[in-house]
Amino acid sequence: FSTLVIAEHNGEKLSKSMYKILNAASKFKEETHLLVTGENVGKVVENIKATVPKEVVSKIIVADSSLLKHNSAQAVSQVVSNLINQNKYKQIVVDSSSSGKDILPRVAAKFNTQPATDVTNIVSNDTFQRPVYAGNAISTIKLTSATKFLSFRATSFDAINSEQANNISDIQKVDADSLIAKKDNLVKHIKDEIAKSERPELTSARFVISGGRGLKSKDNFAILDNLAGVLGETAIGASRAAVDAGYAPNDLQVGQTGKVVAPELYIAVGISGAIQHLAGMKDSKVIVAINQDPEAPIFQISTYGLVGDLFKIVPELTEKVKDAKQ
Amino acid sequence: MRALVGVKRVLDYTTTKIRVKPDGSGIDLSGKQIINPFCEIAIEEAIKLKEKNIIKEVVALSIGPKTFQETLRHSLAMGADKAIHISTDLSPDQKLQPLIVAKILQKIIERDNFELVLLGKQSVDDDFNQTGQLLAGLLDWPQATFASQIAIKDKDVEVTREIDAGLQTIGFKLPGVITCDLRLNTPRYAKIPDIMKAKKKPLEELQLNSLGIDLNTGLEVIKTEAPQQRKGGQVLSSVDELVNKLRNEAKLF
Repeated sequence: FSTLVIAEHNGEKLSKSMYKILNAASKFKEETHLLVTGENVGKVVENIKATVPKEVVSKIIVADSSLLKHNSAQAVSQVVSNLINQNKYKQIVVDSSSSGKDILPRVAAKFNTQPATDVTNIVSNDTFQRPVYAGNAISTIKLTSATKFLSFRATSFDAINSEQANNISDIQKVDADSLIAKKDNLVKHIKDEIAKSERPELTSARFVISGGRGLKSKDNFAILDNLAGVLGETAIGASRAAVDAGYAPNDLQVGQTGKVVAPELYIAVGISGAIQHLAGMKDSKVIVAINQDPEAPIFQISTYGLVGDLFKIVPELTEKVKDAKQ
Repeated sequence: MRALVGVKRVLDYTTTKIRVKPDGSGIDLSGKQIINPFCEIAIEEAIKLKEKNIIKEVVALSIGPKTFQETLRHSLAMGADKAIHISTDLSPDQKLQPLIVAKILQKIIERDNFELVLLGKQSVDDDFNQTGQLLAGLLDWPQATFASQIAIKDKDVEVTREIDAGLQTIGFKLPGVITCDLRLNTPRYAKIPDIMKAKKKPLEELQLNSLGIDLNTGLEVIKTEAPQQRKGGQVLSSVDELVNKLRNEAKLF
């Protein structure tokens, strides 16, 4: 046995990022198992069977339990620890998401091991690269532990081809209830407040339009919506300055402390380009900057820049993209 | 009830340009240093809980060279009651890794019986985002990472967490570990009289090598280099030109 990947899903489907994480995990060129935790995850398992080739994942391990309903770090880590003890995995791999980052170090602690989070490049089976200082430097690290605990940044890897799936037949169920200690101090879930949006998910959208302080109000953010609608496959993001000013909710924040995105097209509207923001989007394929300050640092990294009044440029761009697409 | 708060000292990213040393050995740390912003939020939260009489004593702990005592004095000036300095010359952004920090915190917690640990969600130097989770794993305590709101009544804690999809609220009974995110609070400025008072507050000094902690973590930083610079800066003159470029050069639609 060699690599265990912890799946992230929404109760029905594997998250889009996982196809990139599975590709990263496959670079170890060893057998890979995919662990699905949660309550009533049958649909997720079917989705994996339909979209993940068995050349990528040789076995699906299913831990289905009411104790795993919200996949708390405390509960999931107990299941993973047990699997490591049983199968002596060489690598434990998660997505560098809020959930992956919550779970991975907790498991690693049980094995007295220092994890490597936010890995962006696999140099060899024991050597990896990760950004430090908000992406101002790249650190190359070597891991010598018996089990390596890794979180990968999905945006740094391509997705596996999910159309050639040919039914993973090896499915193992584990008795999760018996693995999770039902102690008094188990975390209890109270509520989720999930932002509902018609738009695709920020980290996996083909295009992203982000607004900054230059938009001046929450209401003005709507002009980005129009452009996103015309472009299609577009998610809306925001700079930390815009979030702090209350123009956009925090789950839209792109940057060092928010989400890291790398879409095909990133349009920064009224964003000056603080280093903390650039850390979250500078790997986008094409970057467009719209800002009235010609000295704004965002222009130093943008593929195309437009200097001027965003309240004139964005509506004009919306109309002209609409015309061009017809 | 007593709270332990970990505080790290980092380069002041707001005023100092991050410079990679030409020999690839790391970052030039000679610039101005400040408290890690997430740690400052953790200290502020602990002090607020003390002001609400929910916790009795706030102890700030920092691990690093002698200069880290300035960060502890800053924490004391903000309102912490006591400070513990674990003295070491291990480089704070390379050798002093989260697993070592978590083990040190574990030792001090077992020695002094803390029930609440507040930490920043990550430090802005090594950007690991691990210490709280590792500590909770070592202690087998509940954890609440990325907190944007904390409510405590007796031993019952409710924490609202910032997750990728929005917000999640969880609850647990103390003892536990909470890591703090940006929106939890806005740290106060220490006033001059508080800075003077902080000089008289107790600061305990311990040597890291007296704690008997294994410093081999299984992770070695072998090289630090500057990222590839993105070539940019093509400023266009009109929206028409932009649409043309997106369509015909980048072939996006």
